[in-house]
Amino acid sequence: MRDPSEPAQNLPRPTAGLQTQHSGDVELDILTANRSDLWLDQGFTWLVRVFAFVTVALLVWMSWVIFQEAQPAIQQFGLKFLWSQDWDVGALTFGALPYIYGTLVTSAIALIVALPVGLAVALVTSENFLPLWVRSSLAFIVEILAAIPSVIVGLWGIFVLIPFLQPIQQWLYNSFKWIPLFSTEPYGPGIFPAGIILAIMILPTIAAISRDVLLAIPPELRSASMSLGATRWETIFGVLLPAGASGILGAAILGLGRALGETMAVTMVIGNSPQISASLLGLGYTIPALLANEFAEALDKLHIGALMYLALILFVITLLVNIVAVLLVRLIGRRGALAAQTTYTQQTPE
Amino acid sequence: MTATPSNPRPEEALVQDDLATELQRSLPLGRAMFSYGMSAIAFGLTGLALLPLLAILFEILRQGIPHLTWEVFTALPAPVGLSGVPNGFANAIVGTLIMVGTATLLSIPIGVMTAIFLAEFSQGSAIATGIRFITTILSGVPSIVVGVFAYGVVVLATKQFSALAGGFALAVIMLPIVVLTTEEALKLVPVPQRLASAALGTSQFQTTFRVVIATALPGIVTGILLAVARVSGETAPLLFTALFSQNWPQGLDTPTPSLSVMIFNYANSPFIEQNQLAWTASVVLVGMVLFTSLLSRLVTRRRLKLR
Repeated sequence: MRDPSEPAQNLPRPTAGLQTQHSGDVELDILTANRSDLWLDQGFTWLVRVFAFVTVALLVWMSWVIFQEAQPAIQQFGLKFLWSQDWDVGALTFGALPYIYGTLVTSAIALIVALPVGLAVALVTSENFLPLWVRSSLAFIVEILAAIPSVIVGLWGIFVLIPFLQPIQQWLYNSFKWIPLFSTEPYGPGIFPAGIILAIMILPTIAAISRDVLLAIPPELRSASMSLGATRWETIFGVLLPAGASGILGAAILGLGRALGETMAVTMVIGNSPQISASLLGLGYTIPALLANEFAEALDKLHIGALMYLALILFVITLLVNIVAVLLVRLIGRRGALAAQTTYTQQTPE
Repeated sequence: MTATPSNPRPEEALVQDDLATELQRSLPLGRAMFSYGMSAIAFGLTGLALLPLLAILFEILRQGIPHLTWEVFTALPAPVGLSGVPNGFANAIVGTLIMVGTATLLSIPIGVMTAIFLAEFSQGSAIATGIRFITTILSGVPSIVVGVFAYGVVVLATKQFSALAGGFALAVIMLPIVVLTTEEALKLVPVPQRLASAALGTSQFQTTFRVVIATALPGIVTGILLAVARVSGETAPLLFTALFSQNWPQGLDTPTPSLSVMIFNYANSPFIEQNQLAWTASVVLVGMVLFTSLLSRLVTRRRLKLR
């Protein structure tokens, strides 16, 4: 169609419009544009559709490539890979259990530490404890934490966090070595520092989504509870948290998904030693850390296959965790869906 | 409150008096303690949450700033053990810019087009919901897995670690962020503007580009800047796609250094000088990332002011 700003030359003057249309002298054709514009419009529509399809196809393509490249290892080891413990590149025997264990344990520690802290940040920044500008700057500062690249958090972990945690670990070992959790001599790096650093990294996710969830709860609920004589904290525990439960659970699970895939900071502080022990003070290894350390040097097809197999396991776990989380956050409605999206823009770079 | 003279009946006054004292009674100790205790815990935990951020920023500045010289931006990394040679990481800065640039060029057209499809061509349809869901899931895929994917697609096919492979991996990470933020920006454009444009006889192409995108541009730029900020610090997907190199980037098809991989390599190095360089590189990288994030906020703020 023609540009609306151009004067319409073959169109009748507005005053004569009705007449000419009736007489049929000049045809007022409002249906078809000129041919090239029509093609442009059609082409554009299809282009948009194709690109939207590309975005969706990317996820399928990704699953397919990783599954395909993992085939040598899948055929060689089958499901036994999941509970086998040997990882010997020279002998070409591969087993995933220590890595799966390390990934799950560090993520669990991270979640246990980050959930209460993140929830506290969410409450302080959504309740009216403080003036609005203080609350929004607090929320902003926590968001900046998410923008710091993971590798720099890891650098800080090596040179600041581990020396700081070492006396605490030593004390835990000296005082509580009869508890299996603290039964090994701490080296410095290990499962415990890795869990703490993961907690620091998923904290902004949990805090930001929980805050959005709490802000989305209708204010009437809060007023009603308070007018019945409940104190602020009775309102929080009796009304706000139950009302936001599904969203907060979603926030926690999204945080878990992030922790499972977190690579650099963990690689730098976990000690990278594939062992399974009940002790939190021992060394460990996670799936992402192994991928980060061995992929560039992997030459043998079976070795690459085994790494791909591990990536596939990680991919499937995080996919499931994320699907559950996104559905849960959506449960609390549109605001929740928005909240889920905002997190991706402030996710920590690895 | 006491019984007022206007209230003649004494027994009623008594009831009111009772009610008044009942209502005015201060909180039982247990409930008051619970309230104050919980407030204290919440503030304490919030302080605890801020601690690592402040500690990280403080440490980066303390360790990095003293060595931040002009040389750092112009020189290549000096071989370990040599002193008096210019020592820097200009190659890593250039490498990061090349790969982030490649990723931006790859992901913007696809991302913006997908967002246009979601916001303009299929509002509310099941297809749009599906695509949005998959995009959200895509943004949750760990970046190391994206790196593995790029390795499988580009590195195994070309038998070469390259900037292209790194840029491809970064583009995959950027794409969902660009889609979701652009769609939000497009949705903010009021529907009457589209209708007005269509009523003037424009095609959907013209309406989309001349009206919707023009209006939503600040929001779209914000989203792209956020995505750029996010991927500039990525390390995991570059480790085995772009690899690293001590020299200047040679082209898109060769191993390429990047700031983030350099920090990782030098952080684990036994040499103090290299650890030091890692801190200095951290100042530059955090500076780049935070500058881009803040820039994106400024763009949106100006748009909000205009409204």
